[in-house]
Amino acid sequence: MSGETQAPALSPLAHQFDDLTQQNEADDLGMWLFLCTELMFFGGMFLAYTIYRTRDEATFAAASAKLELLWGTVNTVVLLTSSLTMALAVHAAEVRQRRKLIMLLLGTMVLGTAFLSIKFMEYYHKYVHELMPLAGLPFKWDGTSPGHAEMFFDLYFAMTGIHALHMIIGLGIMLVLLVKATRGGLLGDFSGPVRVTGLYWHFVDMVWVFLFPLLYLIGAR
Amino acid sequence: MTALVDPGSITVPDLGPLSRRNYLNAGYSVRSWLLTTDHKRIALLYLMSITFFFMLGGAAATLLRLDLMTPQADLVQTETFNKLFTAHGVIMVFFFLIPSIPAVLGNFLVPLMVGARDLAFPRLNLLSWYVYMIGGLFTLYALLAGGVDTGWTFYAPYSSTYSNTYVMATAVGIFITGFSSILTGLNFIVTIHKMRAPGLTWFRLPLFIWSIYATSIIMVLGTPVLAITLLLVGLERMLGIGIFDPRLGGDPILFQHLFWFYSHPAVYIMILPSMGVVSEIIPCYCRKRPFGYAFIGFSSFAIAVFSFLVWGHHLFVSGQSIYAGMVFSMLSYMVAIPSAVKVFNWTASLHKGSISFDTPMLYALGFVGLFTMGGLTGLFVAALAVDVHVHDTYFIVSHFHYIMVGGAVMGYLGGIHFWWPKMTGRLYPEGWARLSAILIFVGFNLTFFPQYILGYLGMPRRYHVYPPEFQVLNVMSSAGASILGLGYFFPLTYLIWSLYYGKRASSNPWRATGLEWQTPSPPPTENFVQTPVVLDEAYDYKRMDGQLAEGGAA
Amino acid sequence: MIDDGFRLLPEQASTHAPHVDLLYFCLIGLSVFFTALISALILYFSIKYRRGNTKVDRTPGSGHSLSLEIIWMVIPFVLSMGIFAWGASLYFSGYRPPAGSMEIRVVAKQWMWKFQHPNGRREINTLHVPVGQPVKVTMISEDVIHSFYVPAFRVKRDVLPGSYASCWFEATRTGEFHLFCAEYCGTNHSRMIGRVIVMEPAEYEDWLGGGSSKEPPAVAGERLFEELRCVTCHRPGGATGRCPPMAGLFGREVKLTGGNTVIADENYLRESILRPGAKVVAGFQPLMPGYDGQVDEEQLIQLITYIKSLAKP
Repeated sequence: MSGETQAPALSPLAHQFDDLTQQNEADDLGMWLFLCTELMFFGGMFLAYTIYRTRDEATFAAASAKLELLWGTVNTVVLLTSSLTMALAVHAAEVRQRRKLIMLLLGTMVLGTAFLSIKFMEYYHKYVHELMPLAGLPFKWDGTSPGHAEMFFDLYFAMTGIHALHMIIGLGIMLVLLVKATRGGLLGDFSGPVRVTGLYWHFVDMVWVFLFPLLYLIGAR
Repeated sequence: MTALVDPGSITVPDLGPLSRRNYLNAGYSVRSWLLTTDHKRIALLYLMSITFFFMLGGAAATLLRLDLMTPQADLVQTETFNKLFTAHGVIMVFFFLIPSIPAVLGNFLVPLMVGARDLAFPRLNLLSWYVYMIGGLFTLYALLAGGVDTGWTFYAPYSSTYSNTYVMATAVGIFITGFSSILTGLNFIVTIHKMRAPGLTWFRLPLFIWSIYATSIIMVLGTPVLAITLLLVGLERMLGIGIFDPRLGGDPILFQHLFWFYSHPAVYIMILPSMGVVSEIIPCYCRKRPFGYAFIGFSSFAIAVFSFLVWGHHLFVSGQSIYAGMVFSMLSYMVAIPSAVKVFNWTASLHKGSISFDTPMLYALGFVGLFTMGGLTGLFVAALAVDVHVHDTYFIVSHFHYIMVGGAVMGYLGGIHFWWPKMTGRLYPEGWARLSAILIFVGFNLTFFPQYILGYLGMPRRYHVYPPEFQVLNVMSSAGASILGLGYFFPLTYLIWSLYYGKRASSNPWRATGLEWQTPSPPPTENFVQTPVVLDEAYDYKRMDGQLAEGGAA
Repeated sequence: MIDDGFRLLPEQASTHAPHVDLLYFCLIGLSVFFTALISALILYFSIKYRRGNTKVDRTPGSGHSLSLEIIWMVIPFVLSMGIFAWGASLYFSGYRPPAGSMEIRVVAKQWMWKFQHPNGRREINTLHVPVGQPVKVTMISEDVIHSFYVPAFRVKRDVLPGSYASCWFEATRTGEFHLFCAEYCGTNHSRMIGRVIVMEPAEYEDWLGGGSSKEPPAVAGERLFEELRCVTCHRPGGATGRCPPMAGLFGREVKLTGGNTVIADENYLRESILRPGAKVVAGFQPLMPGYDGQVDEEQLIQLITYIKSLAKP
């Protein structure tokens, strides 16, 4: 084996699997099942939202009008684009295009961070305008039914906050992938982790696709 | 890679089990245990942890039953009593029953039964155990720091606003441990789908696998709802978000719906695996295929599906609409049917069998009797007008203990005994084991049967002090509990004893069918020297016994 | 005195109790039958087919039987549906209080029961009622969820904070019976117990007349209506232009700003006193100040009783 400067390549196949097809199928099924659990997790909050909204649609709409539709729309575009870059990253990994993979992973992370920055800005804006009814902070509402308006904002912060938490976790995973990709990993037969992370990221995107209309688009404008 | 290994034949030579390399002696360092990805070692890690929690929960129960011998508060202060029954419930439900069979027997047996080298995600499996331990330690901290007194069901607004005990720490502990459940279920589903040995079709699978699969579906879909419920309670406590407290604009009944949406299916997580164990034990000790294999298998799925549709039967007196109550009542009767199907099929399995009464069989038959009784009392509480009277009384307490202890724990112990030789390479002393099984059965009935009567008389649950006319039945119950507690100590003792002094076990001391018995006791780390190929139907005891009559290997 | 002798079955002291007990006994019969059946079969098979017994025929059958499976699914199903229907109809009939029920107001708090009779007489932890008279209890909690449970009547209902819950009973025997709180509510949950004392109607009237001076709730409510300045806007005579009229309000449909309509029931009245901004009547401005924190549950009951008494103009 003269001329070899690296150690012999590790097998992409884990010891418990018989072949790569079995491994890939198992990894995909595992991630899909995990996403089902996430659906049930978010589902509880969507249920609470539905119940409180049906009790007072008008107030929810008025509260929703206080959210910044422009930034919410920008964020939607940003997140959907990040799903695009992620999907392309998966493809790049599968066809062994290292540079493309790294650039696309970076791009996805940049877009994800942009989303979180805009979100943080929106939160700060709410804080300044006394529309953040958490931990005893003052809540100012001039219209009718301040209690229901407060509930809207409580749900807004709970749902987008937990969504943001999932995004942060996703970015953390992508950082790990980025490091591995720069070291030459995750290509071809080793691209499983990228594919599976892509599934997770698309799910997080899908949750936002439901959050956005329910939170931003019900306001009378 | 594959060779023709016929599970109906005995092809594994007995080389004196523990002198050769197996998963137990593959490494002796602490590191090799704490960083293992071997599903069998992880199963033993779980076994030690849940036994610890069982003893803790049992200690709480002992103190409760001691205090309840008198109508007054004689042993502990009321705050302590309330913390004790909360601890008992939280520990027994989340840290003992829910993991028990899936995490110990499931982890150990699923790859062996399907002919695989390990589960689909071995490292995730280890993570599951660590997540369970971290959650357990959080909860232990809450207990030692001062306890929590909300009851294991921690209804809002008491838990979200009023209680000044360690609700947050306990909720965090349970939240974390829930992920252990989710990841284990996920692992099992993928393994059963993707890693069965060649020839192992769905209808050749052992019934234990069917029930573990159904359990895993509930674990995966139900546990996240508990997670979000706990999270919302935490947010309400910490940030004042008014989801459940009416003073903050919330709805306390919403908590009950969310909580029971998980916690009802959770009780089926606790019983389905035990049913699977019974379905393995009965055919072995009758030497014949179980009656109605397909129906037993499908009933596990039916139970899993229906389990998600009945949660409202916990809210019959809460203020839920009466029409919703009627729907939930009807569905609750329907969920009972698949369980009845199992009981009838198990009974029919005895017909024309060749029955012996070894310890696992005693536990299995005890299970059938006690589960039948507990399940029948389910019919009582599903009846709306009766439930109005018995809800939140000792009738309910007895109903669920008949199923959880008379059912699930007996099934767990039966399974531990049945697969003990496989897991450890040792046999336990049969005489002591049978005595313990009988002691547990008798002690159990003495403890919990009086509680049905107490409940219908009207004694509410979670009561520290009670009217004096309830004392006689309480004393009977506590006396029974002392026998039951004693009964639990025996297996603890002789099973540990057997590790050092028990007779060595062959690969298949019970001459059972199933791939797990076609490998040495204890198995090598990789489970099978060569991946088995399955040619026969499951439970082919006729062939197994026929070959033995002919003198051994085909 | 409460009967504290040892018993195996609770006393029947209400019209509802014998019906519940009948269903219960049938269920016991059913359970005994099936438990005995399964146990007997297991015992019989275990003995007949025990390992050592060679003189028995073990030629295997088919190992499954579709007709058996169907039989033992259909029979339990039919039985179950029968029990369901019985339990549901009993529950349904026990739900709506008969017309002419005497109304008792209950406020539960950690850890006591407060009762108020229609004429204003109050009691704590003890409830006097006449025999043979349907009684409707309307209940609310000041803090956490409690549950009103009288085993001898076979009646139970959770008592919630923030909204009224009610149930009814008709006692059939005089005597004293336990009242328990049946929803864990904190430290002294097991001490939140009381007695229901059922008396002959004449005795009850006597008892009602006694006690320290009391105001009927409607009178107390009228007094509060003045003291709290409600009367400045809500003049009982008619609308003032600023505020919606009170006369004949209770039970009527109310149109709100935003288009929704609600029925003006007790929960609506309670919410409108505490947080008037939650539901503003169409055509009016949200001018009313909220009384959250200024009135307790008992005062709310008195105000609502008064408003209910205001007849249609």
